[in-house]
Amino acid sequence: MEKEVKILAIESSCDETAAAVVVNGRDVRSNVISSQIDIHTLYGGVVPEIASRNHIERINQVIEQALKDANTTLDEIDAIGVTYGPGLVGALLVGVAEAKALAYAAHKPLVGVHHIEGHICANFIENKELEPPFLCLVVSGGHTHLVKVLDYGKYEILGKTRDDAAGEAFDKVARSIGLGYPGGPKIEKVSHEGNPKAIDFPRAKIVDGEYDFSFSGLKSAVLNYLNGCKMKNIEINQADVAASFQCAVTDVLVDHVRHAIDEYKMDKFAIAGGVASNGIIREALRELCKEKGVEFYHPSPIFCTDNAAMIGVAAYYEYINGKRDDLTLNAIPNLKLGER
Amino acid sequence: MKLLAIDSSGVVASVAVVDEDKVLAEYTINNKKTHSQTLLPMIDEIVKMLELDLEEIDAIAISEGPGSFTGLRIGSATAKGMGLALGKRIVEVPTVDALAWNVWPTSSLICPLMDARRQQTYTGLYKRKDNDIEVVKAQCVVKIEEIVEQINELGQEVIFLGDGVKVFKEYIKENVKVPFMFAPVSINEQRASSVACLGMKLIKEGKTCSASEHKPNYLRLSQAERERQQKVRDFKIC
Repeated sequence: MEKEVKILAIESSCDETAAAVVVNGRDVRSNVISSQIDIHTLYGGVVPEIASRNHIERINQVIEQALKDANTTLDEIDAIGVTYGPGLVGALLVGVAEAKALAYAAHKPLVGVHHIEGHICANFIENKELEPPFLCLVVSGGHTHLVKVLDYGKYEILGKTRDDAAGEAFDKVARSIGLGYPGGPKIEKVSHEGNPKAIDFPRAKIVDGEYDFSFSGLKSAVLNYLNGCKMKNIEINQADVAASFQCAVTDVLVDHVRHAIDEYKMDKFAIAGGVASNGIIREALRELCKEKGVEFYHPSPIFCTDNAAMIGVAAYYEYINGKRDDLTLNAIPNLKLGER
Repeated sequence: MKLLAIDSSGVVASVAVVDEDKVLAEYTINNKKTHSQTLLPMIDEIVKMLELDLEEIDAIAISEGPGSFTGLRIGSATAKGMGLALGKRIVEVPTVDALAWNVWPTSSLICPLMDARRQQTYTGLYKRKDNDIEVVKAQCVVKIEEIVEQINELGQEVIFLGDGVKVFKEYIKENVKVPFMFAPVSINEQRASSVACLGMKLIKEGKTCSASEHKPNYLRLSQAERERQQKVRDFKIC
């Protein structure tokens, strides 16, 4: 039998402190996430310095719990994977410094992981048969990427957002209609009581980048609509605004994926990232795949939002490809997808 | 007893391995490179030079703060990660106290000044007492005016040191009414050997914590928290 490769993975790029143990890139033995969402809700969004402070206070407990849940010890770990970008630099640095110190003192190889690659790799956890190549849409609070996954660790970016990430637009719109943070789940919840066709918000098309996205115009259109209502003393229907905004985002995402499926003749499609846990968006994409005869994949919500299991999966494929980082590994807040 | 000591509270990165009666190695770098890139390679260098088995370390002394928030966390995470992997305890050493330990022995007051930005300084006042250093004013974050006023009231000769000296030099020259001097460059900034020496004393007093319990001591809230507290206060006043 092939020897097991056991990865301890650490993730601290935003507001979740997470650690996981993953075997052979597909078998998640533990997945510990300490979320700071309640703290940041007080501020209406993630405060970088507060996120960093919480990471340093919790990181050892989270790692120890991940080892314990996996019924293993640091001695039995083959390599340590850690997110080194993109993300909040102060937050990333906690995980990177911790992972380097662990790897150094325990004499383990260190593998730096790209956060978005982690999100894409989350699809491998529950879909054991999924292998590249496939088309993948990554949508989260910080990222919106349409990517061709050519092989493990090999990506071709077809398009990305020119301004706000989809999740960012959800947060901003949620705040403007008084739903608060985090916007994604809150908008989805109230949207069920609203009419998605009530308000015709714009669906942005980028002239010189067919697969690029832009959500800042949509966000402004929502804000303008709200201001207009206020001026005219028209009562705002929160559920209709939420549903109509969400519908506009969904249409743009579906439209881009439809074109990419047609142009690149991909037979597998996966979604990833926090926004992928939005039921309306997921179902619309599932419908599209059904119509096109394309296999549809998505991670469970727990693997959509930030977690370390996905980092462990990505680290495994990097590790078996021979990637190793040394003690000078640094956090790179604007790390590009596919960069090494 | 052997200690590994780390200080990354300021621009300087410093690491040391100190035994009961001697400094085995000390490596201090004052460069643009981030602590994230320098700290562990520096530790690795002295460990190799000393042919040290990390298991031989009894505890890790960390300069706990105040200082640069990010710098402190890089040092902390390094200490916590190593502590976790090696099963070693951490001794948290107040950064300003450790700076005072650079200047020894002297009959003067010792006043470390760290640049805390926003016209403030991380500082404290220390004085030799028998074979020890006594804390006259515990480390704190105050305006330079406040600490200078207290120095003038105490009326004793004082030695200033730290990266804040260059920031506040003119103010000191104009406003300090007691005899004063500035520490020489060799002992002006953070040194991990001082962190280790004070750490050794704290360990003997039983003041250690586990790697998971350790966290930096910023002496300052984040900006968002300060603003929020201010809002809450304003709201109460209204």
